[in-house]
Amino acid sequence: MRPAALRERLRSTRARVIAALVVLVVVAGAIALAVASSSPNVKVSSRFLAGTPEDGRPVRLDTSLYLPETTPAPAVLLSHGFGGDKSSVAGEARTLAENGFVVLTYSARGFGRSGGDIHFVSPAYEVKDGSRLLDYLAGLPQVKKVDGRPQLATAGGSYGGGLSLMIAAYDHRVGAVAADITWNDLSHALFQNAGGSTPGPFKKLWAGNLFAAAFDRQQLVRAARAGRADPAATSCGRFAPSVCAAYQASAAAGAPTAAMSRLMAEASPASVIDRIKAPTLLTQGEQDSLFPLGEADATARGLAAHGTPVRVVWRTGGHDASGVGDGTVTSEAISWFHTVFAGGVKREQRFRFAEQAGVVSAATGDASEQVLQAGGYPGIAGTPRRTKTVTVEGPPQPIASPAGGSPSVITNIPGLGGISGRFDSALTLLPAAPGQTATFVSGRLDHELLIAGQPTVRLTITSRTARDAVLFVGLRDVSNDSSSTLPSQLIAPVRVTGLTPGVAKTVTVRLPGVVRKVLVNHRVALTVSASDFAYDGPSDPRQYLIALAGGGVVTVPTASGTTISGGSPIAWLIVGIIAMLVVGGGVGAVLVRRRLVLKPRPDLAEVPVAIESLVKEYAGGYRAVDDITFRVEPGQVVGLLGPNGAGKTTALRVLVGLITPTSGSVHVFGQPVVPGAPVLARVGAFIEGPGFLPHLTGRENLRLYWAATGRPAHDADFDTALDIAGLGASVDRRVRTYSHGMKQRLGIAQAMLGLPEVLVLDEPTNGLDPPQIAEMREVLQDYARTGRTVLVSSHLLAEVEQTCTHVVVMHKGRIVAAGPTVEIAGAGGVQLAVPDPVEAARVLAAAGILAEAVPARRALEDVFLELIGD
Amino acid sequence: MTEPTTRVSDRELSKYAATRRGIHERLAELDAGRAPEFNPRHTLRLRVEFVRQLKRRRTQITFGLLLVLPIIIAIAFKAGGGAGSQAPQLVGLANSGGFNFALFTEFASVGFLLVVVVALFCGDTVASEAGWSSLRYLLAQPVPRARLLKQKLIVAGTLCVAANVLLPVWAFVVGGTFFGWHPARSPIGGSFGSGPSVQRLGIIVIYVCLQLLVVASLAFLLSVSVDNPLGAVGGAVMLHVVSSILDQITALDPYRKFLPTHFSYAWVDTLSTPIRWDDMFRGTGVALVYAAVFFGYAWLRFDRKDITS
Repeated sequence: MRPAALRERLRSTRARVIAALVVLVVVAGAIALAVASSSPNVKVSSRFLAGTPEDGRPVRLDTSLYLPETTPAPAVLLSHGFGGDKSSVAGEARTLAENGFVVLTYSARGFGRSGGDIHFVSPAYEVKDGSRLLDYLAGLPQVKKVDGRPQLATAGGSYGGGLSLMIAAYDHRVGAVAADITWNDLSHALFQNAGGSTPGPFKKLWAGNLFAAAFDRQQLVRAARAGRADPAATSCGRFAPSVCAAYQASAAAGAPTAAMSRLMAEASPASVIDRIKAPTLLTQGEQDSLFPLGEADATARGLAAHGTPVRVVWRTGGHDASGVGDGTVTSEAISWFHTVFAGGVKREQRFRFAEQAGVVSAATGDASEQVLQAGGYPGIAGTPRRTKTVTVEGPPQPIASPAGGSPSVITNIPGLGGISGRFDSALTLLPAAPGQTATFVSGRLDHELLIAGQPTVRLTITSRTARDAVLFVGLRDVSNDSSSTLPSQLIAPVRVTGLTPGVAKTVTVRLPGVVRKVLVNHRVALTVSASDFAYDGPSDPRQYLIALAGGGVVTVPTASGTTISGGSPIAWLIVGIIAMLVVGGGVGAVLVRRRLVLKPRPDLAEVPVAIESLVKEYAGGYRAVDDITFRVEPGQVVGLLGPNGAGKTTALRVLVGLITPTSGSVHVFGQPVVPGAPVLARVGAFIEGPGFLPHLTGRENLRLYWAATGRPAHDADFDTALDIAGLGASVDRRVRTYSHGMKQRLGIAQAMLGLPEVLVLDEPTNGLDPPQIAEMREVLQDYARTGRTVLVSSHLLAEVEQTCTHVVVMHKGRIVAAGPTVEIAGAGGVQLAVPDPVEAARVLAAAGILAEAVPARRALEDVFLELIGD
Repeated sequence: MTEPTTRVSDRELSKYAATRRGIHERLAELDAGRAPEFNPRHTLRLRVEFVRQLKRRRTQITFGLLLVLPIIIAIAFKAGGGAGSQAPQLVGLANSGGFNFALFTEFASVGFLLVVVVALFCGDTVASEAGWSSLRYLLAQPVPRARLLKQKLIVAGTLCVAANVLLPVWAFVVGGTFFGWHPARSPIGGSFGSGPSVQRLGIIVIYVCLQLLVVASLAFLLSVSVDNPLGAVGGAVMLHVVSSILDQITALDPYRKFLPTHFSYAWVDTLSTPIRWDDMFRGTGVALVYAAVFFGYAWLRFDRKDITS
């Protein structure tokens, strides 16, 4: 079907409605498909698998298997965090499965519905359980095998991360590891000492939280109610007795016992770092006081030193802000596993870190984080470590820790997620800990400083009475208005041993690992406190003198990263520019091509208007103009007559290029008429009523109309036009105040501006009173006498008869008669005019001709004009 | 041509007619017409179209509103004492100086006010001519159709750009007068000197203009297609609102970036050091594609449209 005919078809309302509905259904379907197809089909099945027996009793592990759409696929053993079970990681498992991995989640022994006791991360129990689960996975036909060896990976966060690393160390079938927010050396995590290698103060709040997570509260309550309370379960939960005893002894002492140390070493990747050969992804949280960034740093260095490819990502979130950043972890793990299993993982991996308050969020107008990417992790695979220095100053200051350890400085309360940043303002509500903190401040920075890692500083400590010192050191960002922020609310606990009272000792302190951009004109403050709420400190009162050593120089590790742009944004801009050029060029070409089709007719160069076989058909086959042909010669006043709906107005609109005919042609002085044809400058038109800008005066309307033609003002002959309009002083009032008749006259005058050679008027007498109609008639005839042509359309027969020299009669789109007025009107006989009718009648009667005097009837118009004329 | 036997030529028209006899004498001594010097490229000059548009009441009221709005906001901040601590930082910094005040005004206006202003100028331009019935006379002069659209678009576009530039610049002046000329402060904590501030404000204005090109082009297309200016303006604003609503639905995620309003606020990236250009490039690309399609269709459609207004 030709495009024109199709367009005509679509004009009808019903077709439009149907077309709109079809488009709507298609769009809705596309959206639904897009949303639905983004979540592929994942099949989940649960079963119990055998774990390592406990004391000879068999142990079952509760597992769930997630199968992706396309198998065989690589398999991931996903472990959960401490205190959870397999349902805690159901979301991540589903996401991994949707991205094409077989996932096995399980409840570790001592959690959920699995049997056995918690041995934490014991090679004899939990790690062996992991191996048995890997056996199961290796036996599945849906797991992809390369050279007969199954592609297996381990992943997990916190406790699960530690399990993943340890399973990979003991079972070499593991091909890739993704460990999130986990530890390197458990004793360094729970008894952190940033100023030496001996165990530091006990991280009592965190450890207590973790210990309590092993208790199954509901089971205890039920047992207590039933009177079957088990003393072991009440004090140890589901921990194995040996583990429980070791922990309790260490917690009571505030220092690790030998059994505890052995247990922690067994459970730490640090002790088997040389045995982990699988490429490892380490994602560590920047808001994590339990396993800070330093833990991942130690694991990464250990792995790299033994040649294992390792990739480090520092993300927002962590144990202090749980739930934040989980999406990042899963997507990083997915891309890591894809890379490793595709083969050829390099040792040089990019390092990503998150900068808080790096950008202004477009959605809310608030500051939000941005993720930066650096070339490599500093210190690994040849990437240099970059550092800057800041100098803090201050005199030696005494600090005291209170008896009983209270009140203590509160920097962080573990488990309360998402308060970072606002915490300092909340602290003003809590009781202060006076005299417990020494502060050393730097000058204003003249460049901004990005802290990425653990800064170091040297301090001189003198204890007054005790032989060891327990201190908590932090680095604060002080802004212009003196409000200070402790980045991620992290401090570094320090325990210095071997002190002699009164003798100074210098130690190097590793401050907490953070990512923080300190802005220009901010200052940096080093705070040293004698107590901290989250840690177990000495209960006897202590006094220390803290001074700076090494000139107060703080060495700050820094990194330069670039923002990760997803895809290349320049490509978008280029696509946009190309679209503009292509569409512009295409449309221009189409428009030009349309112009070239029509040719002038030199033989019609003297004919003002030549219409040939003009047809205008609308949708549904209705023909407004059905094959009309006529010519207008110079000097004629042609009347276009016909009832309403005859097609007169349509034909005139085609004549001035407002409507495009379906077929046929219109030529004015030999030039074809199309919308915008230059020959139309020789045609003045008044079609279906006046059209003026209501906010301008009549004179301004005419002036602007003429100015819009681009022709010189003296060509317009404004005086003639305004006189024809005959508005008098009203011509300087706004058009919106005019009556219909005034607008009509002004419209006809506008058509006559420039005295065009062809004047086309459609119903010009509509709204004019008889004197004005008479005048208009006279003007048109004078106009035609100058050799110009007038084409008038009307359905007032008397008017046409009086005004026009030629008449074209139309009916239902066709011409039914055309020719000079006198011929169409018919020779109606001859009248003889005599001055004295009575005498003439008598003469005729005498000659024998019958004659009768009939009183002459005067035209009503003449009577009217005589009556109203003054 | 035989003499008509009407009585008119003998009648003393000066007694009854509405016009003076002088017309007929002038017409009587007129020579036959000759083809005029006419160049379609000189029709509807920009100066002419500007005069047609500037005298309209709605143009004057719109610019008046844009001038009054920052003054009202400044008085509100002065009287109310600044935004609360719950407000986002861009809002909270609004009363800290001229540049920040201009930023806040822009942030508040981009979503709706400027959209309506642009839709008004571009959607009204052809449709109101159709409403007044003057479009057919312009086209019959003849003004070529493509040229008509081009000139009208240039004038409407100039008015839109003027509004877009006026608002932040005037807000900057008002903010400076009310709150002082302090250096600009970014919500992420940095400060800019006056040179970089002006530069960033310039980038913001250009980017917002490019984003509003989508609304302008759709309003223009509707202006060409419908005879009612209200329909054109309302339709363009409605598209913007629907697109903003769809943008909130994260389930559409990979396709949300292709919505015309997804990157409307990407200009806040000028507030970080260094300026992040990524999202602004993407936003410009998307806006150019939509604008190209709408403008192209408007030209094609108008070229052969049957003018019945």
